[in-house]
Amino acid sequence: MTQGLDWIARSGARAKGRRPAFFDEPAVDRLYSLSLALMAEQSATRERLDTVERLLEAGGSLNRQDIEDYAPDRTAGEERGEDTRAFIARVMRGFQQEVEAMEQPDPPILDIVEELSVR
Amino acid sequence: MTQNLPPPYTALARHPMMPRTRHDEAARFNFLTHFNRYISGTLGRGNQLAYESRVLPTFRAEHGRDPVHRNEIRDAMNRDGFHRTWSALKRNAMEMRQMNGRQTVLRQLDALDALARQFNEHSGQLELDPRVQQPRYQTCVDIHCQPGGYHGEERPGDVTVGANYDVGLFATTGGALGALNDGGGQAVVAWAKANRPGWSPQRILDIGCTIGHNAVPIAQGFPDAEVIAIDTAGASLRYGAARAAGLGVRNIRFVQADGEDLSRFPDNHFDWVQTTMFLHELSAASMPRILAEAWRVLKPGGLMLHVEQPQYGPDMPLFEQFMRDWDAFNNNEPFWSAMHGVSMTDVMEEAGFAREDQFSVGVRAVADPSVFPPSPDGGAEDYGRAAIWNAYGAWKAAPAQELAA
Repeated sequence: MTQGLDWIARSGARAKGRRPAFFDEPAVDRLYSLSLALMAEQSATRERLDTVERLLEAGGSLNRQDIEDYAPDRTAGEERGEDTRAFIARVMRGFQQEVEAMEQPDPPILDIVEELSVR
Repeated sequence: MTQNLPPPYTALARHPMMPRTRHDEAARFNFLTHFNRYISGTLGRGNQLAYESRVLPTFRAEHGRDPVHRNEIRDAMNRDGFHRTWSALKRNAMEMRQMNGRQTVLRQLDALDALARQFNEHSGQLELDPRVQQPRYQTCVDIHCQPGGYHGEERPGDVTVGANYDVGLFATTGGALGALNDGGGQAVVAWAKANRPGWSPQRILDIGCTIGHNAVPIAQGFPDAEVIAIDTAGASLRYGAARAAGLGVRNIRFVQADGEDLSRFPDNHFDWVQTTMFLHELSAASMPRILAEAWRVLKPGGLMLHVEQPQYGPDMPLFEQFMRDWDAFNNNEPFWSAMHGVSMTDVMEEAGFAREDQFSVGVRAVADPSVFPPSPDGGAEDYGRAAIWNAYGAWKAAPAQELAA
């Protein structure tokens, strides 16, 4: 590890330049940062698990350096890429469906309830 | 099924200076690569939908007319819930890319610094000049949210900012720049060879080279040429020179210099002066001075070429201009908006290039398509980030042509 500087503390250095506030409540901006960081960590953990599974399947045992050195071949790379895509689609469903709703807007459900309630 | 999947991070070439990634560091870049594509593709079209379905109708109701400038669209969209959400996602993805890159680099900085020193002491390809001042446009904010910009140091003589730039560019561009992040430079070489077959430039100047990822392919494409790559940021040059030496490319030198003052070079010195994704990181005051210097040092008959994102121009819809402007206000690219708003033809004419000697051409990153699929374009294009550019160029008039004109 790097000597003479706290590499973990320095890795989070803020970029100079005032950050835009995207939401009226600053806590919402913080929550977005938190949720997305957790999402990335979950994705990396899933990928690591996939690596462990593949190494075990291929060799029956593993050591940790094999995990660090693992580079998927083309087929494995595509399978993992598709897994990541599907993972993102699951987590981001609410945002994606908001887009879909703008594309094909529906009337309020109350309107439908009333429509179907009269003979 | 697998259409348009970005390649895994491990497809990048591990040249000697490239920071080594652990499994999870590569996996985080993989996530960000996919996530960036998701934001620009699946969610990106929501911006236009929100604009058309509610933001524009509200604007019309308030003003009794359509917006006449991209800034009016920006003000209106910045009040829209969907656009705010989308911007928050995109900004965070940029910040996470920086954090992951910096963790990767900083934990192994001792080894990277030592290796860079070793390469640079032996290669003779690095020439630093501590008298060069960092221009205001580089120090006022950290460009594209890269902590330390191109010039900052974690300790004297380190390579952090250059190494972080190289290690994470993949995630921002979705792998579209190829195994060495050099698809832009390769595109320029392919264009030059196709358009001027047999041309063998002897002296080439790349201004604003940062880590040389677009200058090195020019040196490789023209091995008989001598390439001088300049930048004001010594921290990036230290990494760039070591990176080039590690790749075994010897006909390039990295020189710390400011493009506004090229007095170290005589008039009519270079056969080719190149900038790649550089002009938008300057300022309205510095850009014309740099272009005028570029014209001065260029030989008659020589090539000036600037690779940039497309200029806005009157034919580009205001909504697209607004989308392309996002980085100016949300990703610390403060000159982006004004730069893309001017006519490059006028700017280059002012620098000395006659209108009739100018041209513009579309270029796409050149990368091995079997491993690195091209950037999505059309509806899924990530405005301002896709590896699809315009090149604004001119062949400097030879004296005989000037007499004839």
